[in-house]
Amino acid sequence: MTTEVATTRTITYRQALNETLRAELERDEKVFLVGEEIGVFEGSYKITAGLLEDFGPDRVLDAPIAEEGFVGAALGAAMLGMRPVVEIMTINFSLIAIDQIVNHAAKMRSMFAGQVSIPLVIRMPGGGGQQLAATHSQNLEVWYAHIPGLKVVAPSTPADAKALLTAAIRDDDPVIFLENLSLYSAKGEVPDGEQVAEIGKAAVVKTGTDLTIVSYSRGTTTALEVAHQLEAEGLSIEVVDLRSLRPLDRDTICASVKKTGHAVVFEDDWLSYGIGAEISATIGEGVFDFLDAPVRRVAAAEVPLPYAKALEKAALPNAADLAKVVREVLNISTTANDK
Amino acid sequence: MPDVIMPRLSDTMEEGELSRWMKQVGDEIHKGDVLAEIETDKATMDLEAFDNGVLEQLLVVAGTLVPIGAPVARIGDGSNIVTDGARPAAPVATAAPVATTAPVATTAPAADAAAPAALPAASAPAPVAVAPTAPTAPEAPAATPTPTGELRTSPLARKIGREHGIDLHTIAGTGPQGRITRTDVDTAILAQASAASVPEPVAAAAAPTAVSADSVTVPVSRIRAVTARRLTESQAVPHFFLTSVVNVERLVAFRTDVNASLETVGSKVSLNDLFVRACAVVLRAHPEVNASWSDGVILRHNHVNVGVAVATDDGLLVPVVADADQKSLAAIATETRALAGLARTGSLSLAQMSGGTFTISNLGMFGIDSFTAVLNPPEAGILAIGAATEVPQVRDGQLVSVPMVKITLTVDHRVLDGAVAAAFLRDLTQLLEEPLRIVL
Repeated sequence: MTTEVATTRTITYRQALNETLRAELERDEKVFLVGEEIGVFEGSYKITAGLLEDFGPDRVLDAPIAEEGFVGAALGAAMLGMRPVVEIMTINFSLIAIDQIVNHAAKMRSMFAGQVSIPLVIRMPGGGGQQLAATHSQNLEVWYAHIPGLKVVAPSTPADAKALLTAAIRDDDPVIFLENLSLYSAKGEVPDGEQVAEIGKAAVVKTGTDLTIVSYSRGTTTALEVAHQLEAEGLSIEVVDLRSLRPLDRDTICASVKKTGHAVVFEDDWLSYGIGAEISATIGEGVFDFLDAPVRRVAAAEVPLPYAKALEKAALPNAADLAKVVREVLNISTTANDK
Repeated sequence: MPDVIMPRLSDTMEEGELSRWMKQVGDEIHKGDVLAEIETDKATMDLEAFDNGVLEQLLVVAGTLVPIGAPVARIGDGSNIVTDGARPAAPVATAAPVATTAPVATTAPAADAAAPAALPAASAPAPVAVAPTAPTAPEAPAATPTPTGELRTSPLARKIGREHGIDLHTIAGTGPQGRITRTDVDTAILAQASAASVPEPVAAAAAPTAVSADSVTVPVSRIRAVTARRLTESQAVPHFFLTSVVNVERLVAFRTDVNASLETVGSKVSLNDLFVRACAVVLRAHPEVNASWSDGVILRHNHVNVGVAVATDDGLLVPVVADADQKSLAAIATETRALAGLARTGSLSLAQMSGGTFTISNLGMFGIDSFTAVLNPPEAGILAIGAATEVPQVRDGQLVSVPMVKITLTVDHRVLDGAVAAAFLRDLTQLLEEPLRIVL
């Protein structure tokens, strides 16, 4: 006897995005895609593979190399009731469109007293480690997370990529959808059927009692790796995956640190004024009386990311950096293995 | 004038026990004076003064374990003498710097909020010159030790202390820079619950204490603690044992001859010295054994440095005879004897215990027939030598008694396979049985 209970499948982060775009294009004819080389070339990272063929050039638009222009066009379409999903090749190029994003998309609902909403999604990958050099390897998400009027989500797994992208497309406000170059080929179980995440909710992806690691996107993967590694040393580490950088789920962060008394933030951006600074302040303001040690941050070196492989590797925060700081916060002497 | 801090005296040192003060508060101090003795994980060493002045305050009592970089004493011009400021007695009650000119408002917050000092300027193309490293916001720079008398506690420790009516001034902090953390308060609460009085904080307890009618806890020395840690580490190494029986008839006779010829110079060679020399010679011929596993690669060492396990009252130490394959038997004998003497008085230097590439452990003098030794990481091999035992043998139709020694080689299987290790042991056995070649 066989029963059909195919409730999940193991697919890549890339495939989860592709399938979600397809599902939303099918579900709602107001949804359309626009971006550089997303049609014939199927996207620089092949997220839009097969979509031009199936949905045609009215729904999958190849844009010229003019980010301000096509983001502005999508914004206009959103004002008139369409649900555009923009792909910017990497977050680095969004700087050319930043006026459209920060001064227009983020402001219109409030400046026009709610007469318009902007159901716009801007997908873009961040992240270094691919030897793409300093101008193509940045983690600028904090620029957008700083802006009221925007929502910023950063899934770390294929399942979250699906549930958060679905939620972002259906949201009536502009959503910055942060992907990561090193996650596209990551595999994970993804539930079948419609999955809509609640934007603004973090997830405790591993429970523990001694210390909380807070991270997001690629960083969550490393955080889990370190947490499991330290488990073997008898340390019980909790990992909070932010999932959404704005709104920020301060309650989940604080509840976790209240339990563990120790926190380390692992972030891919630069240390000064970074995501970790906000998390650290949140913890200080929220659960000061429960802290048993200062909150620490592990972030990228404060240099334009070097191109040379060895230097790039040294500049990016890694599992060993994180494990070292976790031990320091817990006041456990470092073993020779970490060197 | 800067505080005297606990120095880093070895690579593996994390803290040192300030075992004895050699100077007292009020003593005039000259640069180079020995202030105290420090027992590290490897040896007992002198703590010397780097400044001239007057010893104004001892910040820790003798017997206290102090992390590297933490202040232990204060040398000044003599105007600020504090006679009872040593931790782990109540640290705040004797707060020293009140009357000084130290700007109180700026010291404490600066330590916690200090910016990462080593970050390269963002505008400079730093990567060309220096490899950047992923920074972590430092909790506090090492250069700013806590001023004495400042109570460092975590917010959580304060909260729990409040709830349980614990005066944090009566607790010694064991966290970074002496911070009182939850563990310290929990310990104090437990102690308060079990006894009416607040317990004496951890000091250099040396005597066994009874924990029940059946057992006592014996505090361990630094050496024993390190031995325990290192040997536990070595248990993770996949290893195997090879045993060989050596006919030492000629070796014993050879030793007698050698000693007879050395009598005039007043030097003596032990069987163990012959083993050291023999191992060194065979190791030179078998570079694959004179090696270590290192992070996915095998390191073959250019020098043959043979460690000799020495039992001391405080625990096991392994002084190293460097370049043993280049030294004469007499030189090895003299050096080993000197090193063993230093080991027994706890005065081996770090250098004298570093760099070993192979170790010999000899329990023959205790009548042990044969045993297996635990690897001394990261070395790939250790040789366990048992006692010489008379064994009957038939020679030319006659029953004769022959002294035999069982030697057992423990091998790191990541570095060596059985056949290679066996070839080494075979050559060693042959050399020991034809001892004249040992000195060639």
